[in-house]
Formats: sequence, C-alpha cells, structure tokens
Amino acid sequence: MNLTLKVWRQSGPTDSGRMVTYRVEDVSPDMSFLEMLDVLNERLTIEGDDPIAFDHDCREGICGMCGMVINGVAHGEQRATTTCQLHMRHFEDGAVITIEPWRAAPFPVVKDLVVDRSAFDRIIQAGGFVSVPAGSAPDAHSMPVRKEDADAAFDAATCIGCGACVAACPNGSASLFTAAKITHLSLLPQGQPERLSRAKAMVDQMDAEGFGGCTNTGECTAVCPKGIPLDTIAQMNSDYLKANAK
Amino acid sequence: MKYVEGAEIRDTKAPAGPIEERWEKRKFSAKLVNPANKRKLNVIVVGTGLAGGSAAATLGELGYNVKSFCYQDSPRRAHSIAAQGGINAAKNYRGDGDSIYRLFYDTVKGGDFRARESNVYRLAQVSVNIIDQAVAQGVPFAREYGGLLDTRSFGGAQVSRTFYARGQTGQQLLLGAYQALERQVAAGTVEMFTRHEMLDLIVADGRARGIIVRDMVTGEIERHVADAVVLATGGYGNVFFLSTNAKGCNTTAIWRAHERGAYFANPCYTQIHPTCIPVSGEYQSKLTLMSESLRNDGRVWVPLRKGDDRVPGDIPEDERDYYLERIYPAFGNLVPRDIASRAAKNVCDEGRGVGPGGLGVYLDFRDAINRLGRDAVEKKYGNLFEMYERITGENPYETPMRIYPAVHYTMGGLWVDYDLQSTIPGLFVIGEANFSDHGANRLGASALMQGLADGYFVLPTTIGDYLAAGPFGEVDEEAVAEAEIKVRSKIERLLSVNGTRTPDSFHRELGRLMWDYCGMERTEESLRKALERIPELRAEFWENVKVTGTAEELNQVLEKAGRVADFFDLAELMCLDALVRTESCGGHFRAESQDADGEALRDDENFAHVSAWEHSPEGVPVLHKEPLEYEYVKMTQRSYK
Repeated sequence: MNLTLKVWRQSGPTDSGRMVTYRVEDVSPDMSFLEMLDVLNERLTIEGDDPIAFDHDCREGICGMCGMVINGVAHGEQRATTTCQLHMRHFEDGAVITIEPWRAAPFPVVKDLVVDRSAFDRIIQAGGFVSVPAGSAPDAHSMPVRKEDADAAFDAATCIGCGACVAACPNGSASLFTAAKITHLSLLPQGQPERLSRAKAMVDQMDAEGFGGCTNTGECTAVCPKGIPLDTIAQMNSDYLKANAK
Repeated sequence: MKYVEGAEIRDTKAPAGPIEERWEKRKFSAKLVNPANKRKLNVIVVGTGLAGGSAAATLGELGYNVKSFCYQDSPRRAHSIAAQGGINAAKNYRGDGDSIYRLFYDTVKGGDFRARESNVYRLAQVSVNIIDQAVAQGVPFAREYGGLLDTRSFGGAQVSRTFYARGQTGQQLLLGAYQALERQVAAGTVEMFTRHEMLDLIVADGRARGIIVRDMVTGEIERHVADAVVLATGGYGNVFFLSTNAKGCNTTAIWRAHERGAYFANPCYTQIHPTCIPVSGEYQSKLTLMSESLRNDGRVWVPLRKGDDRVPGDIPEDERDYYLERIYPAFGNLVPRDIASRAAKNVCDEGRGVGPGGLGVYLDFRDAINRLGRDAVEKKYGNLFEMYERITGENPYETPMRIYPAVHYTMGGLWVDYDLQSTIPGLFVIGEANFSDHGANRLGASALMQGLADGYFVLPTTIGDYLAAGPFGEVDEEAVAEAEIKVRSKIERLLSVNGTRTPDSFHRELGRLMWDYCGMERTEESLRKALERIPELRAEFWENVKVTGTAEELNQVLEKAGRVADFFDLAELMCLDALVRTESCGGHFRAESQDADGEALRDDENFAHVSAWEHSPEGVPVLHKEPLEYEYVKMTQRSYK
C-alpha cells in the first residue's frame, strides 16, 4: 500500500505547530499503525530529519501510553482498539491519513503527538484508591463479593488511562476516566468506607485540572478502547451528589 | 572472550535452621528504624512496575522519604500491566492438596534446581499475603457465584492455585500498586518523577548513594542522592529486539549498576514463552504473547506430514500430530514453558511448522468449543481471542490460532543476597531485575507473585536493617560529579557519531544474532560466533550510528541509542555465561547436553551454582560461583512424561 500522511508537527509547547505531509510506500497490510510510523521514522532519521515523536510502550493495547487522533477519531475508526493495535489492513491503498495529538487544554502538547497526561495521575491521587497499607489486610475470603458486582467492577477497572475519552469529548471532559475508577471501587465492599469522600475529591480534582463538564454526548465511550460503559458516569454523579448532600 | 574465576560466594545471609522459620527469624533479627528517623532517610526507587510500585508505596507508608522514577509518562504504564494469566498463591482455597511447601517444591523443581531454597520458600510463604493485600485494595479478581475467589491451574501446575482477573491480571494488580503509590504521592511521602531515565548509579565511600537521571522532556541531567537505591527496572529480554517486552524495556539501569560493581547473575537464563503470535514481517516491532492459560483448553498440533499445506480444517484427525500430548502424556499441553517452546522449535525444524515461513504451530480450540460450547470458551478467553483476531485478521473460533515461541522473561539479573541487596551496599534489586527466585526457568503466574512479594513484603523489612545505620550524611561531591560527567560524555559521544544507520537497525541486527546464536538452543559454536560478531557490530555502532536532534529536548532516537549501546555489552556477557555453562538447565539449552530423548540434561556435579559476574573495566569479567545446596527438595532430572 502507498499512503499519504498529514502529521501534526510541533517542536515543543511554545511552538504553534503545523500539519506536515509525508508519503509512505510499500506499507504491508499486516503492519500495525505504529510500525508504519516506525518505518517512516527510520527513513526520516537517515535523512537527518527529526522523526515524529509519539508515545507508545507495550504495543499490545494495555499500557495506555499510545494514542493519536487518526482521521479525526481518537485511536482511529476501528472500535475498541488502541492505536498500537490498529492494523493497516483497515486502510485503503492510496488513502490520505491525518494524524494529530490528543487536543484538550489539560493535556498540553509536549512534542508532535506526545501530550502531558499527568492530570490523570492527580485525579487518582485525589482519592482513586482504597487506603490499606501493606500487611494490614484480612484474609481474602473474609469478605465474599457477589460475582455480578465483581464482574461489573472489573469492567470499569479495565480503563487504561489513555485519555481518548478526553480527546473525543466536545467539552474535553474527563468524566469517563474518573467515573471508571469511582465505579470500580464503589461496586466493591472494600471501596465502601471511602466511597463518598472519594467521589467528591476525584470530581473536584477533575474540575480543578480544567476538564470540561459532561453533557452526555457519549463520544467518550464510543472511542474507548476498553469499552467503559457510559453508565459509570451516572454512578459517579450519584456518588458525588450524595457526598455533597452530606 | 576471556574471563577469570574469582572467590566463591559462600554467604547469602539467609538464616540457618528449619526452612519454614527462616523468614520469621530474619524479620525478627532485622534492625528496626524508629519512626522519627524514617523521615530523615531518603530512598530512591527506580521503576514502577509491580515490584517498584509496591515497594515505593510501602516504603512511603512506613514513613521513609521516597523518590520514585519511571521512564513512562505515568507509573501506571510499567510493563507488569501486560501480564495476562494470573498470580500464584498457596492459599489452598480449593482443598486440592496445595500448600506453601508444595508451591515451594514446584518452584524449585520448575526452576530446574538452580534457585535458592531459602528464597523460594519465603516467596511461597508470602504469596498468601499478596492475595489478601490485593483483594483489600479492590483488585477485582475473578469470583465464583458464591462470592469467593476463583482459581485455575496454570502452566505446569497440577493444583489450582492461580488467581486471575480475566486475561488482565497484571493490569489489575499493577493498578492496585499504582493507586497505593499515588496515595503516597498525595500524602507527600513519595515524590514522583515520570519521563525520567536513570543513566548511572552514584557510588560513594562504598555505598550506593544516588542516581543520575535524564529528564526525557527537557534533556536536563539531574542528580538525586539518597541513603539507599532500589532498582526495580525489570528484565532485559529486549536484547533480542523482538520480545514480548514493552518497547521501552531496557537494561540500562541494571547494566550501569553492574559497571559500578553490582554482580550480574546468570545472564544467560532467558525464558522463551511458547504461546506468542508469530512474526509477520521484517517491520515487526514486538511480539505479542497469548496467555498460556489458553493451553488449558487449546490443543497444540502440527500436520503429521512435512510440507502439508492444506488449511487446518482440511487435515483429518489421523494426519495431525498432537505432539505435546504424544511426547508428554502425563502433562500434555500443560508442560512447562521451556519444554513446550523447544518442542515447537523441534517440529518446525522438522519442516512441519505452519504459517508464513513455517515458524508456527496450531493451538486449536475446536474440541473445547465442541465440549464446552462457544459461550463458555468466549467467557474464559474472549479478550484473548479478540486480541489475536485484531493482530492477525483470523478468527480463532473458526480456525486454529498459530503460535510460536518468543522471548518473554529473563530469570537472570543483578545478584542479590537473601535481603535483596546487591554486592554494592545500599543497592537493592527487586522483581525481574534481580535473579533470585526462579532459577533457570520461571513457572507461569510466578512473576507477578515475585514482584509483589519483593515490593510489598520482603524489601520493606530488609531495607530497614540497612537503613538503621543511616542517615549516611553528605554524599562525596567528587563521586556525584564523576557519574554526571560520565553520563554527559556518553550522550555527547552518541550525538557526535553522525553515521548512516539508525539505532533500531543495529538493535534489530543484534537481536537477530542473539536469537540465532543464543536463543532457544545454544551450542559452543553458535556462542563463539556470537562472541566474535557482537564486538564487531558494537564497533560499527560507535562509528556509524545516526542520532538526530540534540540532547536538550525530547529525543527518542537518543534514548534508543543509549539503550542499544548497553544491550551490546550485556549481550556479550550473556553469550559468555551461556558458553561457560556447558550444561542444559531450564531455559538454557545447550545442544551438547541432552539425553537420548532430546531432553535437557543438567550437570549437577559441575554447575549446581549461581554464576555471578563481576564487571572489570579491563574487559575481563570475573566469575564468582555461589554453590546451591538442596536440603529439602531432592535434585532430580525433571520429567514431565
């Protein structure tokens, strides 16, 4: 396959940035999207150009480090798939592909397609945990958990923190990310003691980071590579309201 | 490559006495640090996977001043996150005959009698606490309808002791540790440095006193000093270029610590995982593992006839060779990883491999789907099947998966004593980065167990014994400056070559060479070839590598180049270690040492020891042997037939 790429290039946070066009030839349909970029970057390096910076690590769809907006869609049009798991067989020969970074004020661009997502870590710091120091835990079987609850908690807990939800949201909201963690811990007995304080602290931190509010457009869950359901946001709002009513 | 033999290592600091009392004894004899003093003690933890994340969190909870470093943009990204299958623990919740002793026994035997009994016993003891801890943190393990935890049998175990969270156990356990870590960041006990890469260890007055790091965003070289340094930087499987490791996994932190005096133990022990998705082309950047839990229900086979290129569905039952079930009737498809990998290589070498290049074998779920129904199979393995289809474009419900072995884990690592302290006082090494618990072969679902055992339970106790003598005062400025200059000059050198080949092209060539000559099967000839070729390739690297950009910016080519440079040096030591160890054991298979059936043949008389290598600036490594003694588990030749 031969492709034309239009890639966002920005040398650093103060650069205004621009789209740059590259041609890539002889792309194999079995390549992953990032492997296609690797091939381009190898060529740019040899030619003495600055290769395109992008974040990636595990390349098996679980670390959450990669992420780019491909043809206007976070992680590309393939559903439930991270950028690293997207393969070129889903593109047509001769296609023109635009590649941009996540765009949201709380995710400033570091370079090219690399953004700073440390706001997510600060949301977790605010309360996304159960306070249980090592060594203090009771026997694992002392507290049975209904299978349905455990499964639903797991579904929410599969969030990989990639930030696609924010990139896709017209409001730049981090509600799906925050709600996934709140829901995961709210559904388990271990999460109950801190349930309301957690919801309040995490939502307040999310707002303080400058993420927008949720207006139920559902764009977030549509692009989520792990399919985190939208109703987690209802769970978050419910816990948040209860916390504020107290 | 020359080497000399140095003094034997006789004392690993494990307490004497009955094995089940040793850890208790050590916990009691370890000096305690008074809570008011903990605040005055600074500890650096490098790496935020299961070992590093849990260690930094726990040290923070205990009241130490912790600085935690990772090269990713968040500690949650560390590659422990990709572990699929599960975590072992001797809970015996099934009443199927499991016990701490049995987990200990299986691990020593599975490690092919090349691990320390004392360490392994402790690991088995602590395993039960890990599950309790993780459940209390809210890790959503799989459960049964009664609300209790589900378990499964896994990779070579005959009891059901593996706890799991669908196919994402590593992710859930890592997020548990990450959340505990972020809680400490909020509490102010841990300061987090993301996108920072450790480039050297500061050793002053005979103690590890800090690290030199590069801020990967600004390129700034920073000095961080402390009273102790903990390395939890994972394995070095990426020396093979293609492996199941994350792209960023590298050996730089442990290698540079090795250059500063930490012994490197058993570098040749690498684990080749039998169930990975085969390579599809030259551009391949990494390999993806399919959890070996798939072997519980999938059957491994190849066509009976060489060169049979019919589609798998057209090959009748009597023309299929279910070779694992045939050769190993007792364990069948569940034989340990090293055995399953080598068997796959053998059938492919015979010309019976399937898929592009004949480098693959089938993993077939047809019978499981007929027996259990598609829904049940989907419930168990749905996400793995999806992942397979995403990568290959083939549907495993309809056509068997193709799998092939790939480098997955490195049992070797920095040498540590019972306290997990390296040969440099104050330098502790935990998780995959150390060598201690898996011997020559790691059992499935034991990596998560070891990482968390080290981080939550072992290190926080043993490091206290060292820190009780601290704080160690001002760090000698000269030692810090020397380390910083060394780092800067290496970076300048990489940038100044301005050749014609990318770091990746060198890495690919090195990886290919290691896979061919120091991979699943090693011979004296292949290793000698590798030892001849590696220095040539390294010399070419330093004359012809091309690194674009500058040191003062985010520069991913520069990052890669630095890592590849260290992989060359490590590769050489791996081949030397493999050459010196003329026996076969676990993941290290020397073709010259096999029995009549082609199974690995150990040489206990000459090789029942850990090979701990000391770096020498003159390029002649010193081999220190640590004899291994087995008081509890009788040394036998492993047999899974």
